[in-house]
Amino acid sequence: MKLELRGITKRFGDLVANDDINLVVEPGQIVSLLGENGAGKSTLMNVLYGLYQSDGGQILIDDQAVNFKGPGDAMNAGIGMVHQHFMLIPVFTVAENVALGNEPTKLGGLMDVAAARERVREISDRFGFNVDPDALIQDLPVGVQQRVEIIKALSRDARVLVLDEPTAVLTPQETDELMAIMRQLAANGTSIIFITHKLREVQAVADRIVVIRLGKVVGEAKPTSTASELASMMVGREVHLNVERAPLKKGEVVLSVDKISVRDDRGQLAVNELSLQLHAGEVLAIAGVQGNGQTELAEAIVGLRKLEKGSGKIIYKGKSVESLSVRERLDAFLSYVPEDRKKDGLVSEFNIEENLLLNQSFGDDRGAKFVRRGLLDQAVLKSEAELAIARFDIRTQGSKSLAGKLSGGNQQKVVLAREMSRPHDVLLVAQPTRGVDVGSIEFIHDQIMKERDEQSTAVLLISTELDEVLALADRIAVMYRGKIVGIVPAETSRETLGKMMAGITA
Amino acid sequence: MSEKKNLKDLAKSKASSAQKSPDVASTVIRDIMSAGFTRVMLSIVLGFAIGAIFMILFNEDVVSTYETFFSNPGETFMASLKVLADGYGGLLKGSIFNPEGRDIVAMFRPITETFRLAAPLIMAGLGIALTFRVGLFNIGATGQIVMGLAGATWISTRVDLPYGVHMIVAVIVAVICAALWGAIVGLLKARTGAHEVIVTIMLNYVALNFFTWLLRTPELLLEANGGGTPKSDPAAETAMLPTLFGDMYKIHIGIFFAIAAAFIYWLLMDRSAIGYRFKMVGHNMSAARAAGIKVERTFIWAMAISAAFAGLAAANQGLSETGGITTSINANIGFDAITVALLGGNSAKGIFAAGLLFGAFKAGSPAMQVAGVSPEILGVVQALIVLFIAAPPLIKAFFRLPEAEVK
Repeated sequence: MKLELRGITKRFGDLVANDDINLVVEPGQIVSLLGENGAGKSTLMNVLYGLYQSDGGQILIDDQAVNFKGPGDAMNAGIGMVHQHFMLIPVFTVAENVALGNEPTKLGGLMDVAAARERVREISDRFGFNVDPDALIQDLPVGVQQRVEIIKALSRDARVLVLDEPTAVLTPQETDELMAIMRQLAANGTSIIFITHKLREVQAVADRIVVIRLGKVVGEAKPTSTASELASMMVGREVHLNVERAPLKKGEVVLSVDKISVRDDRGQLAVNELSLQLHAGEVLAIAGVQGNGQTELAEAIVGLRKLEKGSGKIIYKGKSVESLSVRERLDAFLSYVPEDRKKDGLVSEFNIEENLLLNQSFGDDRGAKFVRRGLLDQAVLKSEAELAIARFDIRTQGSKSLAGKLSGGNQQKVVLAREMSRPHDVLLVAQPTRGVDVGSIEFIHDQIMKERDEQSTAVLLISTELDEVLALADRIAVMYRGKIVGIVPAETSRETLGKMMAGITA
Repeated sequence: MSEKKNLKDLAKSKASSAQKSPDVASTVIRDIMSAGFTRVMLSIVLGFAIGAIFMILFNEDVVSTYETFFSNPGETFMASLKVLADGYGGLLKGSIFNPEGRDIVAMFRPITETFRLAAPLIMAGLGIALTFRVGLFNIGATGQIVMGLAGATWISTRVDLPYGVHMIVAVIVAVICAALWGAIVGLLKARTGAHEVIVTIMLNYVALNFFTWLLRTPELLLEANGGGTPKSDPAAETAMLPTLFGDMYKIHIGIFFAIAAAFIYWLLMDRSAIGYRFKMVGHNMSAARAAGIKVERTFIWAMAISAAFAGLAAANQGLSETGGITTSINANIGFDAITVALLGGNSAKGIFAAGLLFGAFKAGSPAMQVAGVSPEILGVVQALIVLFIAAPPLIKAFFRLPEAEVK
């Protein structure tokens, strides 16, 4: 099946999310759609999938114009989509999930479970997916759940498969397996549109690379292009992917975490007797696939999550701090960049000035200047904000702009500006560049390295992006199921790290 | 001992999990709060328009012309116009200026009544709005007002103090009683995770019945030589809020309380460090926690301060009534205040304006009744206005506005 998008234009108010986009996908091709967050990739795919109606342009399948009023039409036309967040029901089996919405029935409207099971088995065998139709979704690893999503699409005879950021939740090994699956599907004539911002994956698997910037197709790149070339094309200017760093000047232990256990929201043990020692002037990275307890570890260090009773200690410069409140920890030593900045790091409805004040104590020397007789000093607020905007290169119309209106990268810069301006010895940064444009990634990484080099801050970096970990870390601690599998030097190979991320001790 | 601790932990974790997912009520409030000026104005226009249709459809004079509608449609039309003129004209006459007044004093009486009746709505509305901005859905102003009334009535009927001091003490006691009653809500939410909607509704009943019991009991608040009806003595002269124009008009210094309250509210919520933290909790509780704010404690303070505003409204009511006090003195202000807060978009200016509008409704409804139009229509108009503000798609569809303008 040949898919063609011709002159697709989609506007949201004044914003042109897709501007006259042309894209042809030949049968059996893997086309990679490369672009920064907000470039318009997802909008384009949502138009293709019938979730949005385009304001202009046409979708053609085998040179016939089609009109999708909803995802149902798109599915019937042979387009399948695997979303970044899986649309699976955890308490149903694989077969039930695959059949959902398209259930084979027996006489009297009863669901034909055997037929559903057979369908899963047939597809699974054909592509070597190795998926048990009777397993419950909640018992399956994320990588297998993703295969279930693919099976779901294939069971509806998808001839064009859209994969939206499919590797965000996978280990490097699972990513390799996914790529093998993609190649095999392509060999069988299924076309794949692969949306990502990870350059390495694009280079590895794509037949063609289409780069989108600011809603427009800026061109096609060859699969043999280098990462820098691809990044420059995405951003529209020269990009340096390497972070400059001074030689390591490791100081004394500043923060040590001693055998702590923490439960997650569902009451499961998410961090299990974990220990770490963080030195001044180093970046210790916690690598691992998302959902292995990193979030809970960070929240425990900040004080947002209680330690399991009698489970251990968090020690800052020889003093046990686990009984301190969040406020007290922030005041004493800690700066914290949370992984979900919209939820924990910012108030979208507040402007930049107000967000820079978010966790400022009004009691200390720095905080006192913001308040006069209980009232916030508007002039100081403004001047401080303008300083931060200049220093952190926050692209905005002014200090009164709402944080919610900023791009991901600029939001993160607001958070960083705030956290770095507060006095601190320990910087805890979680997923600092998630949802951040390539240009800002460069800047944010430099800022983190500056903390290490110029302030001798002890930096604890939590990241699921292996590239980021390798770029910044002095030491890498790999976390798996609530434990540290091992702490290895920064020179460790990707392959070894990948194995460790799957829980295999080196 | 340890079991007790566990229970407390459990309650806390329940409290925090209950607060993690924003419930429907707060989503609706947030949506209403984001309503722009255009949407509010259109809602008011539309509310009056539909009120007009009700007036016309069910008016006897108009209905009697239906028989001859096809032979003489002009008659129906004229009758309809007359009803509208009587109804909304009566509203204006009763609330702003009455050209048919006996003398100049009577002509201007309506506007003073509007201000007098608006004052408690504004004060209680400010209190409600404060909790909205902290992310709480407080519908307990009624109970808080009633408790404030109990305190004010106690001081004004059972305590002897000199002129001036008496009034000030009564106001302060009303504010404190209400604030404590409000703080209970915050405390229960913080400690047990109980939802404030349920707690406030139940505490309204408790307060009302408690006040009735006080008013019924001879040793407590029941009037001297009182019979079976729960009613207090008239407030002492020394405790009454002074009127602004002597005996000429009923309007008293309560309106200045309302102006002061609006200013304090603006200062607190838009300029102060405390208000900044209140808003932080209201907008994003999770970020507030991460910023080291004790969210539970914020709830308690916010409820107490909110209720203090309601307490001012209580003082306004209890210290301006010349007869004895009965429970009916709360005059549904607690609920109307919710509407005022929503219509006013939670800003001091907006609430002041909305309070005046609803004060005008209250002042004008007797005049409407005299004009032969049932004043319940105003209740319908009030409800419709809020309905339209709460349902942007309705307004959008009606006026065919593009998305951006309705926001």
